[in-house]
Amino acid sequence: MASPKRIGRIEFGLFSPKEIRKMSVRKIIWADTYDDDGFPYPQGLMDLHLGVIDPGLRCKTCDQKAADCPGHFGHIELAKPVVHVGYTRLIRKLLRVTCRSCSRLLMTAEEVEKVVGPDDSDLTVDVVSEKDIKKERICPHCGEQQLKVNFEKPTTFTESFIEDGRKVEHKLTPADIRARLEKIPDDDLRLMGVNPDVARPEWTILTVLPVPPVTMRPSIILENGQRSEDDLTHKLVDIIRINQRFKENQDAGAPQLIIEDLWELLQYHVTTYLDNEVAGCPPARHRSGRPLKTLSQRLKGKEGRFRGSLSGKRVNFSARTVISPDPDLSIGEVGIPLAIVNEMTIPVRVTPFNLEEMRQYVLNGPERPTIKSPCGANYAIRPDNRRMRLSDVNLETVAEMLEPGWTVERQLKDGDIVLFNRQPSLHRMSIMAHRVVVMDGKTFRLNPAVCPPYNADFDGDEMNLHVPQTEEARAEAEILISVQANILSPRTGGPIIGGIHDHITGIFLLTHRRRHLQKEDVLYLTQHLDIEHLPEPDTVDADGKPLWTNKQVFSLILPEELNMIFRASSCQNCETCRRDMCENDAYVRIIDGQLVAGTIDKKAIGAFDGQILHRIVRQYGMKRAARFIDDVTKLSIRGIMLQGFSFGIDDEDLTKTEYGQIDEVLKGAISDVERRIKIFKEGQLEPMPGRTLEETLEMQIMQVLGKARDRTGEIAGRHLGMDNSAVVMAVSGARGSMLNLTQVAGCLGQQSVRGERIMRGYEGRTLPHFRRNELGAEAHGFIINSYKSGLSPTEFFFHAIGGREGLVDTAVRTSQSGYLQRRMINALQDLKVAYDGTVRTTGGRIIQFRYGEDGTDPTKSSYGAPVDVKGIVESVLKEEVE
Amino acid sequence: MSEEEVAELLAMYRISLEQLPKIYHDDPAVQAIGGDVGDVIRIIRDSRTAGRAEAYRLVVKRPKK
Repeated sequence: MASPKRIGRIEFGLFSPKEIRKMSVRKIIWADTYDDDGFPYPQGLMDLHLGVIDPGLRCKTCDQKAADCPGHFGHIELAKPVVHVGYTRLIRKLLRVTCRSCSRLLMTAEEVEKVVGPDDSDLTVDVVSEKDIKKERICPHCGEQQLKVNFEKPTTFTESFIEDGRKVEHKLTPADIRARLEKIPDDDLRLMGVNPDVARPEWTILTVLPVPPVTMRPSIILENGQRSEDDLTHKLVDIIRINQRFKENQDAGAPQLIIEDLWELLQYHVTTYLDNEVAGCPPARHRSGRPLKTLSQRLKGKEGRFRGSLSGKRVNFSARTVISPDPDLSIGEVGIPLAIVNEMTIPVRVTPFNLEEMRQYVLNGPERPTIKSPCGANYAIRPDNRRMRLSDVNLETVAEMLEPGWTVERQLKDGDIVLFNRQPSLHRMSIMAHRVVVMDGKTFRLNPAVCPPYNADFDGDEMNLHVPQTEEARAEAEILISVQANILSPRTGGPIIGGIHDHITGIFLLTHRRRHLQKEDVLYLTQHLDIEHLPEPDTVDADGKPLWTNKQVFSLILPEELNMIFRASSCQNCETCRRDMCENDAYVRIIDGQLVAGTIDKKAIGAFDGQILHRIVRQYGMKRAARFIDDVTKLSIRGIMLQGFSFGIDDEDLTKTEYGQIDEVLKGAISDVERRIKIFKEGQLEPMPGRTLEETLEMQIMQVLGKARDRTGEIAGRHLGMDNSAVVMAVSGARGSMLNLTQVAGCLGQQSVRGERIMRGYEGRTLPHFRRNELGAEAHGFIINSYKSGLSPTEFFFHAIGGREGLVDTAVRTSQSGYLQRRMINALQDLKVAYDGTVRTTGGRIIQFRYGEDGTDPTKSSYGAPVDVKGIVESVLKEEVE
Repeated sequence: MSEEEVAELLAMYRISLEQLPKIYHDDPAVQAIGGDVGDVIRIIRDSRTAGRAEAYRLVVKRPKK
């Protein structure tokens, strides 16, 4: 490989007609492409000098075959010059700032100095702008009266002046413009930001048009044998036709009117050839009515050359399908269906040491019938780089020929490293390296604990898979982006992979309160764990059978010597903590790897704040942490299955007493609101500091109603205890909150738009069901009913209003953050932390002298702090310290 | 910073002057300390992560427009 070179400078300029002719290998004069025999016309658009696309033919310029010939430009001599649409703004500016007769800049030397300043060492940008020139002045150099230059999209320039009180417009032809631009002196151009060495302004008016090589606009042969030409070819055909007709008319001395019409038509075709989406110009269409994709359209936008082909491309060795969960997989594994595994390959070089193994792969061939059968191979590559597709007919012969120096593309097998990805790839955990497990079925399988970093669920999500092809790529994948290396998120420094939903519910149900379990149950729970012996039983029951505590069972998966003290999600933040005697069993104490007290829930093993997880990564390493997560997922799933867990509509049923109480609370709140409105109307209301009377009333009402809703929640919550599934999920942090429960069983509460009660609607009222200027609770979106009792029509409407705001917010947020992300990535993509701790660009320029100013890797720190002092002290003392 | 200090700094990070972060000569802070084009200034800031952080910038002329 050639050594990389530093780019000194890039120069942008315009092609001069001379250069275009020099570059051209053929003058194109015929609009036709192929003759009846399917052979290209000489001097036609598909001329063999422009390169070849048909296999077997040779390029008449470079004598190479279709695959090797890069293609060569031709040219068309235009009958009359036309404007290049891409430069109309520049042309307009130049026409306006230069004299119409002598073409010099419309400024005296003194004026120029005033604008440019005394120091004119580096005139690289445009200094003089249209604003510096006074309108319709007299040329300081030749005394010519200037006229107003008008520009009409897309390519028309006119001069206008007032004669006898009437406005007279006079069209400037491209030839006129070109004549004027030609006369602008080089020194004046430099002042206007144009470098005349590479871009004389008259070159923006085309007199000769380059014809791109055929390799750039290949024609395709349809199934019925018909040729279909590229859009660009179609457009070029149009240009040549009009150009030809134009020439003929010109030579025949056609009237001026016809010449002008043809000129304009030629201008239209050249314009749409360059850009088919110019404002004020109907797009050129294909026969089918589809707008043509011309030069500009090939470059622009998301699917254009830059964003679509250079910044991002399509790749080989990738697969995509629907995902589904499998808690028995390790978090570092991914289940891949047989159909995909048979298709995707890894190249293995044949050596004397693996010759026999490779031979076997080749003999196994491309069809692997079941997931248990050994993997085969799809291709063998000979030392001369010839690829041989393996099929049932040539297996034996190829296996025979195999010797060191060959390469075998063998199929994927269990244990191979692959990259797994889900869009949108917003952070680095969106692509992680997994190990292959070949599986039946047609979906990718993954452990649900790795859903959070991918933000995946199983409602039909699809994910992509990529197979690294080199040893280096596989080594990098394993060390840098394996799942276990990404348990901690670099955003917070905390874990991002961990228990979700049922894992948390399950482990909560298993560890909540102290319970004794029979041997059968303990074995059921632990059957999938890698454990050799059960611990000493805690006690024996009446029959003398051994009993274990539930906390003992959980302790089986903890590392020995682990010491931790923290409070669980179910902690109520009581004023004085009763620690081990906690009523909710929320004070977690782990001493020497034994769960002594407390409940394991979201705070302990959850995907975003699992404290045990975090500690295990830091103290025992990623591998142990990955095993712990595997064990937790297996244990918790069995934990939830041991008891069973379900939720139905009657789980929200309350008794008559509670419904009565809720009614009373709501009635009280509404009458309280009424009372306050009355006080307000009587003018007795004391305004709060910095608020108007109305604002004060609004705040009071919101407060009263908010409190009322919370009260109903408390009433409902009191009835629905820890034996209620929804409460268990809310308390353990698995899913939902007590607020959700309040809204289902108690009352929905105040609906709001922008944090205020609903005020919009008709004049003075929200809905015609209410009186004008009514201030009461129900008239502004307070919903007395719960989801369970059902909403009244007005309530339903208010709920829809409130709900709409949420939807709009998320829609706006995602689009905005997506664009922000794009800009950030474009700005930051090539930065890296160098070995000396500095953040540098690829050019070695320093961005930060120390990464994050403290040089700390968040994933190797304790939530940003280099050392977790409290945790270490506690694990030594085995006591909580303040 | 003195010339020796700059040389030391560049040697420490093994960079050329051009690879330093830049600051315009008409930046109010540069004007306040009287920095000139070609000078390297040391910036000491309070840092949320490290307490105190040092950075260096090369004073450059602001290009026109």
